[in-house]
Amino acid sequence: MEIIMSVLAGLLFTAGVYMMLQKQILKIVIGTALLSHGAHLFIITMGKLNRGKPPILAEDVTNYADPLPQALILTSIVISFGVTSFLLVLAYRAYQTNGTDNMEKLRGNDHE
Amino acid sequence: MLHAAVLLPFLAAFFIPFIYRGVKQVHLGWFVLAVPILLFGYFLTFINGVLKGVHTLKTFEWIPSLGVNVTFFIDGLGLFFALLITGIGSLVVLYSIYYLSKAEKLGHFYVYLLLFMGAMLGVVLSDNLFVLYTFWELTSISSFLLIGYWYQREKSTSGALKSMVITVFGGLAMLGGFLLMSDITGTTSIRGIIENADLIVNSPLFTFILILVLLGAFTKSAQFPFHTWLPDAMEAPTPVSAFLHSATMVKAGIYLVARLSLVFAGTDLFFLIVSGFGLLTLCWGSYMAVRKTDLKAILAYSTISQLGMIMAMLGFGTKAAILAAVFHILNHATFKGSLFMVAGIIDHETGTRDIRRLGGLFTFMPITATLALIGTFSMAGFPLPILNGFLSKEMFFKSSLHFEHASPIVEAVSPFFPYFAVGGSIFTFIYSVMIFFRTFTGKQRDTLEKQPHEAPIGMLISPMILVALVVIIAIIPDTFGHLLLAPMVDSVTNLVVDPHIKFWHGLYNPELYMSLAVLIFGTLLYMTRTKWVRIYDVLPGKMSAAKVFDALMNGMVKGSEKVTNIYMTGSLRHYLVYILTFFIALLAITMSVTGGFTLSFDDLAPIALPEVMIAVVMAVAAFGTIFMNNRIAAILVLGIVGYGLSLLFVFFRAPDLALTQLIVETVTVALFLLCFYHLPDLDKEKSSSGTKVVNWVISISVGVIVTLIGIASHSTKMFEPISDYFIKNSYKLGGGDNIVNVILVDFRGLDTMLEILVLGLAAIGIFTMIKLRPGKKGGNE
Repeated sequence: MEIIMSVLAGLLFTAGVYMMLQKQILKIVIGTALLSHGAHLFIITMGKLNRGKPPILAEDVTNYADPLPQALILTSIVISFGVTSFLLVLAYRAYQTNGTDNMEKLRGNDHE
Repeated sequence: MLHAAVLLPFLAAFFIPFIYRGVKQVHLGWFVLAVPILLFGYFLTFINGVLKGVHTLKTFEWIPSLGVNVTFFIDGLGLFFALLITGIGSLVVLYSIYYLSKAEKLGHFYVYLLLFMGAMLGVVLSDNLFVLYTFWELTSISSFLLIGYWYQREKSTSGALKSMVITVFGGLAMLGGFLLMSDITGTTSIRGIIENADLIVNSPLFTFILILVLLGAFTKSAQFPFHTWLPDAMEAPTPVSAFLHSATMVKAGIYLVARLSLVFAGTDLFFLIVSGFGLLTLCWGSYMAVRKTDLKAILAYSTISQLGMIMAMLGFGTKAAILAAVFHILNHATFKGSLFMVAGIIDHETGTRDIRRLGGLFTFMPITATLALIGTFSMAGFPLPILNGFLSKEMFFKSSLHFEHASPIVEAVSPFFPYFAVGGSIFTFIYSVMIFFRTFTGKQRDTLEKQPHEAPIGMLISPMILVALVVIIAIIPDTFGHLLLAPMVDSVTNLVVDPHIKFWHGLYNPELYMSLAVLIFGTLLYMTRTKWVRIYDVLPGKMSAAKVFDALMNGMVKGSEKVTNIYMTGSLRHYLVYILTFFIALLAITMSVTGGFTLSFDDLAPIALPEVMIAVVMAVAAFGTIFMNNRIAAILVLGIVGYGLSLLFVFFRAPDLALTQLIVETVTVALFLLCFYHLPDLDKEKSSSGTKVVNWVISISVGVIVTLIGIASHSTKMFEPISDYFIKNSYKLGGGDNIVNVILVDFRGLDTMLEILVLGLAAIGIFTMIKLRPGKKGGNE
């Protein structure tokens, strides 16, 4: 299962990177969202999948899923949510101010 | 006491601005004058000791842990240069009092000049390599400041920049050489290095060290091809040119070569480089000087060629050659210093230095003309017993004929040396004669801005003293030889010489005929100069070092601009491509080189159908976003990936994650949908097929690398996870059943706090971005 999940994380990275290489800001934001999904999947795969019960203490259970990656991912989800929403509004403002959402047109002068 | 002496100019430089502000009636130079005179008197007291072979050594601990101590050391060589610096320094300060009016920024001038004087004393008296280097760069900096003294003029600033670039380039190379030398010998003291000269000469890095150190000496002493900064440095006030660019700073390189000759001399490489470049500089400098029409430019090229001559003699390395070299250092300082001052007087009294506009000044300025006559003829080496230049030139000829150390290379090249020596001297003769005759004889021009007249007596004192020295040295050379030159030769070669300098060597000496040849050919060529002057269109033509330097500088600026423009395109995509390419290359290379990829099926969870199905759906949805041309569709498909992930979290026993992911995904999708009305519709991808291929190659490589790393790192679990601790202590220490939540708020609460901060910042950022509209209504609503 871990191998399949690694492949899936790789696929999410592929799609995310491809989107980030596009010109439109919205596509780039979507790319970052895909990338963070891939990263989260990657982290949880690095623990052990499907071994033991959910990490909530209960009577008679000795085998729990690894709680540490879960805590890390939880933090990461929130942060990536904050960044994604910030980027989204940034894209909105950039489009409103400049009248374009094409990164190639937002390049600025030659000497920057 | 010795430390105080070197410190004195710096101390005086510190107080100069206060005096300048406070005392307005008296010319500032009078206060400054006391410093070099005091020092000159102080250094005179060492002569007795040095004659007896007593070398004064004073140490002040500076950075003992690195072996860098301010150690000053007085032997023949150091003492001679110290006397030269303070002596000529006194005369130059005296001259500058009359040369610069009180309307100039005198405070700046004398501060820079005193800094230079102190730095130069530091260079010649230091025993520590790195202290020497420190003072060396300080002379470069103060010279830079002095050349750019009239900073409103463009030529001054460009000349200052050029001299800075070239001398600092050499200085840095020299530092490299010094570091290697101190590394090999294990000492930073010059005396220590001389004692361990064998280690350096036999080290495999010898060639490298020699070239680095000589780069420093050659750039500072304006040797070919680094001489190009010196003519441009003539934009400095004339007292500066006389002091720095003829008598003292340009001799720092000479000093360095002389000081280290006990280390390097005797090797073929040193002989070839130093004599070869010295002779080349001698010939090229004197050849170029003939073409110039500006008095100071002629003197600048003349300085270059004379320095080349001294350098060549240091390279010859025989006892006679070293004696001739040190003698010529003294002579050159006297006559060149006086000639610069004469040039300054002419400039001051007529308003021009261009010899095409000057002429017939003898009747107006008889004293100046007499001074110039003696100075130029001494420089030319005219055979009169009252001209010291002739004595040292004959010694130069003589030393170019005899070489002591025998090796095949020396024997192969040395027969050519006398011809170069005579050739360079012929041109020296021509420009020296030209300076005098074209300025002071011939027709008087009426185009001059001022009515020419004799200079004030104060201005004439310094050149008079120098010219008097020219004559005195020529009449009693042996006295100077015993007092100054013999101890110097002793410090350069460790040999005792008999400094008996004769005017007349008898009829059967080749140097006599060489001098006669110079005299005859020089006169002939001077008479016929209009006929052959066109040769200058051919030889310097496009090849002058100044043009090479300019082309190099321009080329570097343009080249770096081009290189920068190639990769700094301003396109986000390009930068991402660079970053990702390096990511891929570094990881792929590391993995394949270290054999980092491993695959083990030992510890895998069983494959379950629902999870695989979700994975397939997620993969399809992820790639779907790429091909969606409808923005709502793209957003919804992105949502599928997120919800799929939260389903996976459910399967993987992570209830909190599933919950959070579900909510966050919902909010994100809602946010996208809220925004989408304001965003433009997605374009169909219009990139060229080449770009597409690049994008695909890069993104697929990234995916493959990530997959490989995931598999490899899962297959090599190096140690047990620390999660057992959390599981065991969640209730006992944290008081909670939900282990993930206890980790978040208890075990690793700091992460959570900062994550809250991130969210808060994002919220504030979003708020300000929407609310604040600079450009509309003055900044906010």
